[in-house]
Amino acid sequence: MSLRQYMPWIAGAALVALPFVYRDPYHLHILILILIWSFAYTSWAVMGRFGLVSLGHGGFMGVGAYVTVLLWNHFGLTPWLGIPAALLCSGALAMVVAYPCFRFRITGHYFALVTLALSGIVLQVITATRDHTGGSLGYTPERTKGNHILALQFDDKVVWYLIALGVWVGGLLIWRWIDRSMSRYAMEAISEDEDAAAAAGVNVTAEKLRITVISALMTALAGALYGQYQMFISPDTVSGIGISLQMVFAAVVGGIYVAFGPTVGAIITILLAEALRIGFGTKAVGWDNLVYGVLLVVFIIFLPKGILGSLLASIKTPSKRQNG
Amino acid sequence: MGSFLEIFDIYLLEAVLNGILLGGVLALLALGLNLIFGVIDVTWICYAELVMIGMYGMYYLVQYYGLSYYAAAPLAILLVAALGALLHFLVIAPLLSSPPINQLLATGGVLFVLQSFATVAFGIDFRNLGIRLPILTLGDMHLSYSRLLAFGAALIGMIVVYLFMTRTFTGTAIRAIAQDRQIMALMGVDAKKIYVVTSALGGALAGLAACLLVLQYDVHPFVGLSFGPITFLICVLGGLGNFVGGFVAAFLFAEIISLGGLFSDLEWGYVLAFAFFIVMMFVRPAGLLARRS
Repeated sequence: MSLRQYMPWIAGAALVALPFVYRDPYHLHILILILIWSFAYTSWAVMGRFGLVSLGHGGFMGVGAYVTVLLWNHFGLTPWLGIPAALLCSGALAMVVAYPCFRFRITGHYFALVTLALSGIVLQVITATRDHTGGSLGYTPERTKGNHILALQFDDKVVWYLIALGVWVGGLLIWRWIDRSMSRYAMEAISEDEDAAAAAGVNVTAEKLRITVISALMTALAGALYGQYQMFISPDTVSGIGISLQMVFAAVVGGIYVAFGPTVGAIITILLAEALRIGFGTKAVGWDNLVYGVLLVVFIIFLPKGILGSLLASIKTPSKRQNG
Repeated sequence: MGSFLEIFDIYLLEAVLNGILLGGVLALLALGLNLIFGVIDVTWICYAELVMIGMYGMYYLVQYYGLSYYAAAPLAILLVAALGALLHFLVIAPLLSSPPINQLLATGGVLFVLQSFATVAFGIDFRNLGIRLPILTLGDMHLSYSRLLAFGAALIGMIVVYLFMTRTFTGTAIRAIAQDRQIMALMGVDAKKIYVVTSALGGALAGLAACLLVLQYDVHPFVGLSFGPITFLICVLGGLGNFVGGFVAAFLFAEIISLGGLFSDLEWGYVLAFAFFIVMMFVRPAGLLARRS
């Protein structure tokens, strides 16, 4: 085995060992946020890389977070069962919206706008049912008096770090699994030309549906974890159009065609937001998004493959750049 | 029971009328977005944010510079028109040949920029013009005068655009480009110039909408989110680029929101409208008035 094959294991071991060596709570908190959001952005990119641009992922995330917390607060159902239930809801929602879309060939702009409507609906339903969900003021899972493991509530940041790390690695493994499956070739063919792919024997509707449901399930899991970790969710932080655009943005900045792209996007955007927040203090309200927005526009015009994607491409074909 | 029904009908009628008035402004918003889409083949996700900037423009012109409402309105319209042309020049023009999704995302980035620019520059306070127009009482119904004004101005604006598109050379060129962008270049039409004119026109419509909305709603950096999504849904429901479809869809949506709000909370009106939209996408994916192929 060469060094290259050992690399993931060495990096993994280093990441697992990190909180035991270095346990500054603030830095751990940032790391946990980066890992959870990386996972969320990766789940968007799982379908985004095939040209399926969804602006409804804020909806899936909101369902994941709210269903888990609602089941816990109202029925005392442990998140260990609540999260699968939330995933089921989110998957069902994805099916209900995506199946007719794909069946009736709603693609491109239209698909993006239909899914935009989806995140709008989820946001409005959360706000409208304010008697149960707290509306736009947000919602807090009740603190457990008993078993912390059963309630999935931990005070120790190290535990959360390890959970988030595990989920993030899981996300990368799903990415790799799709990357190496026949689905990837089918989806690439579909994103080039749906009719040609169908003529070549690809079941267009089924392939797209499968990728969408996988993506929705992962996003809902990210939402549920975020809610359990932060112990506070509000329509603005886990749902709606703002979150949908944030996902698209971070994934695009990092690069949606490479596995680590969304992670790089999460690192850049979260560090940027934190740096601006600390640098400007309360005056920073708005500045982080201003920089985000400008970056997004600049990236799409000049670096459509994202930071990591462009970097890897230039490493692979250095001569092309020199000649060009 | 009889008297109950009578009161109920008055409320129903009032809701229907308010829906029609709301529909006028929504139709105006949809017209601008449809124009851009039909001619340049780009969706401005940030369209409602242009309206927001226009509303702030009105606020500052009226409150700080002491202009009267009717003097400030043309200036605000010009401001947003210039912004529309600038948006095309800076963001859309470099992306004209890239995939539509990239254009969509780039204007999504502009949405972030405008929203946070407003947050940084104007703060997150709710502001209003301080102009309160009287409420018209018609029998037992109460209709707000500002809504009537908005409806009337929106209708006039749409008629002016219609005349411009059908009676002037530039308007004809715009419609021709929408039909076939390759051939028109051969016919001696400068497509780039037409795109900029169209963007400015779309911006001007957003500006007009801003002048009308600022009478009814407070301005804050996120005000665009409250009617932006609805505008997209209307355009898609009517068929992107289909002016008549957008017009019909705007009134349908406004009625659903208004009547839904009558029976329950306003949010449920929106939820109903969104749900209606998703159902309609399956029934008529290419738009309300599209012919079935």
